[in-house]
Amino acid sequence: MDLSQIGRLPTAFMVSGTSSFTDFLSQYAPELLPGRRLAADAGRGDFSGLAPHGTTIVAVTFPGGVVMAGDRRATAGHLISQRDAEKVFQADEYSSVGIAGTMGIAMELVQLFRLELEHYEKIEGTVLSLEGKSNRLAHMIRANLGLAMQGLVAVPLFAGFDLGSERGRIFSYDPTGARSEEHEYYSVGSGSLFAKGALKKLYRADFTAEEAVTACVQALYDAAEDDSATGGPDLHRRIFPIIAVVDHDGFDRYSDDAVAPIVDRVVSARSSRPDGPQAPLN
Amino acid sequence: MSMQFGYVSPEQIMKDRADYARKGIARSRSVIVMQYSGGILFVAENPSPSLHKISEIYDRIAFAAVGKYNEFENLRQAGVRLADLRGYAFDRVDVSGRALANVYAQTLGTIFTQDPKAYEVEIVVAELGRDESEDEIYRIVYDGSVFAENGFAVMGGPAEQVAGYVREGFQRSASIEESLHLAVGALGRNDGGESRQLSTSQLEVAVLERRRPRRTFRRIRGAALETLLTEPNRDATETTSDDSGD
Repeated sequence: MDLSQIGRLPTAFMVSGTSSFTDFLSQYAPELLPGRRLAADAGRGDFSGLAPHGTTIVAVTFPGGVVMAGDRRATAGHLISQRDAEKVFQADEYSSVGIAGTMGIAMELVQLFRLELEHYEKIEGTVLSLEGKSNRLAHMIRANLGLAMQGLVAVPLFAGFDLGSERGRIFSYDPTGARSEEHEYYSVGSGSLFAKGALKKLYRADFTAEEAVTACVQALYDAAEDDSATGGPDLHRRIFPIIAVVDHDGFDRYSDDAVAPIVDRVVSARSSRPDGPQAPLN
Repeated sequence: MSMQFGYVSPEQIMKDRADYARKGIARSRSVIVMQYSGGILFVAENPSPSLHKISEIYDRIAFAAVGKYNEFENLRQAGVRLADLRGYAFDRVDVSGRALANVYAQTLGTIFTQDPKAYEVEIVVAELGRDESEDEIYRIVYDGSVFAENGFAVMGGPAEQVAGYVREGFQRSASIEESLHLAVGALGRNDGGESRQLSTSQLEVAVLERRRPRRTFRRIRGAALETLLTEPNRDATETTSDDSGD
């Protein structure tokens, strides 16, 4: 032990040069980093049944911003492990992140990602560009590849308001960390096939924020109808999808009171037409 | 302090170091940290818009410093890392200003006695409580001494004198405009007691705002600062004319 270090902050804290919290952790306390726990003797087994999974996230852009929404179900195999899970989070003032996949990995990834953005902001005194943020997230997913290969995979959807070009943008990822920008709308998770199908027919380029939110709720409803792992709105317990809107004024998560009338409208319209709104044929 | 011949008493060595650090600190311009009705206000005379003397550490904790920039910047970054690490390993509510002040005190104390050169810095760690009686303002000086300040703290430049001016008009229940006027007025007095008007570009102002959720730190600059400064002054003793320009 270095006696000259007693009674003061360890050197790692005082060394300048990194504004990344992850980099700092990897030097000072690597055991706290996610994705470093690939057990050597675990082999190539599939451990995906080990922990609960979160399911469908959708994002839709509108002129001046982007909406992200997620259902509330978490499943463990054929069981519903949680009916009020939260899978859409504020990443920072101007961005939102939603995650599908193994919940434990996802929560850890989100927690570290949010901190990473905040840490950078505090150390540097400025915010990262939206591209920079989305790239940072890609790096963090890559670090989880070992566990992803054993079935413990989490795939995020990242959306934010680009202060440079004044518009909402969506980024998707695959388990190896490949990042791609999506246009208009996108969805991830087990119900994403159905959600994307719905959005394909519902999307309009001139959406208002509220219309985009309604489209998200419709898409999640369709996903919940055809995918057992996606939860629909729970009208009796008043558990509704989580809705976040990011625009020029920053991140805004809708309160349950704000989501309730939109959900009620969607659900009551489905009692007369269960398949939801009809798109014109020509 | 290299190559000294003969015996130099430990008292003399410490005194020399202290004098050296104090001189460096006195050369920099003052920073005022004070409670106001909505939280804690930080005001510094700082001509640079990017080399900050006042910064955010965590949700309810801020940092202010005077002295040598590279030295306090080093301490600031270390504080951000420490706070973020604690919040990550435990929970955000477990990050406390007192713990941070302790670590700074230990670090400055060790540097003062063991390193070839003492840090020429003085810092304030302020933490916003749930109400004004729980606010904490710690001032930590170059040798690691800590002072828990009551209501306000002044450091750097003619600190004693500026503190005197602040003490005359200080009120915990004052509005942000009143507090800001008091602080800017105090910073603007020179040794002879004459006042000079500091413009917004010479000021660095920030607050820890009690009504904000989660991250309470906010910088006030540009038009917002201008508005606060030109607000009709309710304090009759101060005669800041309506120079909306400048």
